[in-house]
Amino acid sequence: MAEVLLYVRNLSVTMDRSPVLSGLNFSVTEGEFLTILGPNGSGKTVLIKCLLGLLPYQGSVDWHKKPRIGYLPQGLNQMSVRDMPLTVMDFFTLKKRKRDEAFTYLSLVGLPASILEKKAGHLSGGQFQRMLIAWVLVSRPNVLFLDEPTTAVDVAGGETIFSLLNDIWRQQNLTIFNVTHDLNIVYAYSTHVLCLSRLGHCCYGIPKEVLTPDVLKDMYASDVKFYTHSGLSAG
Amino acid sequence: MTHQLVLSLISGVFIAGAAAYVGTLMLSRKMAVVAGPLGHLALPGAALGLIYGFNLSLGAFPFVLLGILVIWRLEIKTKLQMEALTAIVFATGVAAAFLFLPLDKAEAALIGDISHVGIYATLAAVILCSAASLAIWRTYSKIMLINIQEDLARTEGLNVKLYNLIYLLSIAIIVALGVDLVGGLMTAALVAIPAAAARNVSRNLFQYELASGTFGVISAIIGIVAAVFTGLPAGPLVILMSAVIFSLTIPAAKAWT
Repeated sequence: MAEVLLYVRNLSVTMDRSPVLSGLNFSVTEGEFLTILGPNGSGKTVLIKCLLGLLPYQGSVDWHKKPRIGYLPQGLNQMSVRDMPLTVMDFFTLKKRKRDEAFTYLSLVGLPASILEKKAGHLSGGQFQRMLIAWVLVSRPNVLFLDEPTTAVDVAGGETIFSLLNDIWRQQNLTIFNVTHDLNIVYAYSTHVLCLSRLGHCCYGIPKEVLTPDVLKDMYASDVKFYTHSGLSAG
Repeated sequence: MTHQLVLSLISGVFIAGAAAYVGTLMLSRKMAVVAGPLGHLALPGAALGLIYGFNLSLGAFPFVLLGILVIWRLEIKTKLQMEALTAIVFATGVAAAFLFLPLDKAEAALIGDISHVGIYATLAAVILCSAASLAIWRTYSKIMLINIQEDLARTEGLNVKLYNLIYLLSIAIIVALGVDLVGGLMTAALVAIPAAAARNVSRNLFQYELASGTFGVISAIIGIVAAVFTGLPAGPLVILMSAVIFSLTIPAAKAWT
């Protein structure tokens, strides 16, 4: 049986004197694919930054054993490095990784060896995200944090990336924390969901059990129409 | 070759090479423009050097360091854009300098005086530029990762504050020494132009670092030697040489981007 990896108790964050998160409690088991769901401004990114130790908070975040963390931050895309003469290989060299190691992980995400010599800023959105996933995986993390990893990618590219992440998650026994707005992603890939609302309410559990129309209405403060993979509609 | 020219060339090559090298990181962080105001902030220190007869860079260094710390703290405190803060620092530096800068001797502080550099100043330039370049070389990949995304660097286990401190101290040393070579008005050009030219011709990070350092060194050598033959000040000639190299690299940039 999988062990609990992370305990979060009474987590609260205040920014500019306004509460962003208040009294959050949940635990994450090893091997979970947890999606953190919520509208803009509900504190999703703030939460993962607290879990990563990048932001101060009240309450406690206890890792059961020290995780090896890989992180795909929000907003890092090919445009962020367009002005830098960085090849894909240079990206791996920043981590002191050799060419064959870089190639192994690029193959894992379906990228060819020839991409090593290309400028990272000249890749497509989808290629850049896949390159970044390979770059994160080369450090052999056991916990992955993904903050809206498909924002700069079209719908088909986004599905490819999540399908790929799902395969890697299964093969490498990772625990994944994924931030998204996309309900389809929750139903297709997540074992658990943590939903946050701007009103401070939250829910945690298995998606089909906890994401009721009332919960979604409360979370997005409006009527929401969605379709699950089983064809169920609500709204 | 005269003894003085040798000293000028040694100082110029080390200062311009180091400035061009650190410039590759500053350009990638969109910080190259910050070197300008820092150079201007060096002016009050250079003015003190002129009044009391000590080396310009020695006077400039504490002021540049203070400027960097002020910008760093103000950015955290006010959340203002770096451009706005550097404009404030620029204005303060120039205003303070002109309160007590002896204008009849101001030329050296404004456009540099490498043609009259002494043996001790040359030695100091060699040692300090080597130390700053070595520090940057040892931490280059880490600082580049911080430039790409600070949170990403933190989760990779980097001590971002420590690397930023090393980076800013290296900038302070090089900008202060740059005052000797090109004066307080043109230090931004010393870090920005060779790096921008190198970016035009580089296919990868290694070429970028190598090309930038090379362009900086070539500009310094040609500028200083040209100053001897023309009788014009070396500082502006070094910068103009950099600008010529940059213009020669523009076709390569078009082909590349």
